[in-house]
Amino acid sequence: MATQTMSPSKAAIIANPVANPLGYQTFAIGSFRFERDQYFAHIHYPGNQHIMPVDAFLRALMRDVGWGFFYGTVNFDHVFGTLNHYGTVEMFIGMFNDAFRKAHRDFVENFDSPDLRKVFEAMLDDWTNEGFDPYAAPDETGLAYGRKHGSNTKALKRQRMVATRMVGLPGDLGYRTDIDGYPVNRQFTDVPQDLPEIHAAPGFEGQVHAFNMFAYVSRSDVTWNPSVVSCVHDSQFCATTEEHALPIMHGNDRVEWFIQATDEIIWDVDDKNTGAPRAKVTMKAGDVAAMPADIRHKGYSPKRSMLIVWENNDAALPRMYSRGELKPHPVEF
Amino acid sequence: MGGYHTVFGSLDHYEKGGVQVIDADPKHYCFSNCFEVASKSKPYEKVAVGKNLKYVIEAIRAEGDSPWYSNAHDEAVLVMDGEIEVHLLQPDEPLVPEGKEGSVQLDAEPKGTKMGWVKARRGHMTLLPKGAAYQFRSAKPGVMLQQTILGDFTIQRWNEICQTQG
Ligand SMILES: [Fe+2]
Repeated sequence: MATQTMSPSKAAIIANPVANPLGYQTFAIGSFRFERDQYFAHIHYPGNQHIMPVDAFLRALMRDVGWGFFYGTVNFDHVFGTLNHYGTVEMFIGMFNDAFRKAHRDFVENFDSPDLRKVFEAMLDDWTNEGFDPYAAPDETGLAYGRKHGSNTKALKRQRMVATRMVGLPGDLGYRTDIDGYPVNRQFTDVPQDLPEIHAAPGFEGQVHAFNMFAYVSRSDVTWNPSVVSCVHDSQFCATTEEHALPIMHGNDRVEWFIQATDEIIWDVDDKNTGAPRAKVTMKAGDVAAMPADIRHKGYSPKRSMLIVWENNDAALPRMYSRGELKPHPVEF
Repeated sequence: MGGYHTVFGSLDHYEKGGVQVIDADPKHYCFSNCFEVASKSKPYEKVAVGKNLKYVIEAIRAEGDSPWYSNAHDEAVLVMDGEIEVHLLQPDEPLVPEGKEGSVQLDAEPKGTKMGWVKARRGHMTLLPKGAAYQFRSAKPGVMLQQTILGDFTIQRWNEICQTQG
């Protein structure tokens, strides 16, 4: 039976300080309780429970935490996820799963974003073992399994990088360099690191500006984690490196666009609400495509590739799309 | 060790993916390829390949000297192929009224102070700062993407550039 709490749940956040026999803490907020064992995350909610492989769970959790619940829906899998209302956030079971909805087996609870964030951050930190980096591609990192051993807090605390005008401008987001701990990724060693020639007349230094964006992206130490490189008001170019699979299915609350800068990504596109398959979109270098506001998508990148996710950051958009004031697709032709 | 080959596109060689429809209208995905668009464009046509309400991304074939442009907000260009110079000039008086959106093409090189220039190659992104006038120069055909707002000089021909059939 679906339960919709209209005001954010104020239920106490209980992190059981007594670890289970494997060494992991149990976390609870509202009516949800989270437990992990060697291989799995167990999500308990009133009357039932859900299970996910713990590596997939932690990779999804990392994005949800790192992005501050992101735009719209972060589906950890076909059942569990969060829906961002920008200040509050809904945590749900089966809310975007046709079978769960029809059988009234869906469950949703509303939280103040900082409260859920606190629980998610603590769970991510406690459940991530030494040697496992949920932001890294599977080939670059160790395993998440087993009894609790060590931690990887530093890897979890990476800040999302956001330029306010453009990377490299005075006072704006800086470059990634070897010295700062951003070497060129092993799969991008053939990406030219040359600099644009800048000939600024005296007095115009800092206004005549260019940087090697592909080189900047080749040095990203994370996957599936867009960072803003340039802005025109609310138009944001968010460049990211993708390898293996997007750990979530992103449900759009607005239109977003993809510009495939290098290599290839294959996207599964499903209906945002029901999960029914809609399309497969294969994107190669130079391809540009829209992701409509009524879909969810999951990408597969066989080789590490560069993707520019192009976002419209206008905060009024989710409401306009949900009310039907805007069509879910961007262009009529 | 090694053995990874990063695939870029260019005017001379690009491969295009596409939308494989299961239950959708391919037009909703506005699927195009910037190299294909530029290969069919006249020099410096500003062809929208992305549009998110008022914001656009224009695919531009750079070849020879462009007209001069100005703006009333920041813009950016990302070179996808070739070697393109961006010449910047601070006009003596504002050329575009405050609040005007998009790139504004000028009739001629405006009077002003030379700010300098950038030579940009593939992957390089150049700022076209608010209020500046700018001109592109490209000895050989190149391709760039311009991040800007829909303006009087944006060309929309979606039916010609996008996949329309599943
Ligand atoms: Fe997305």
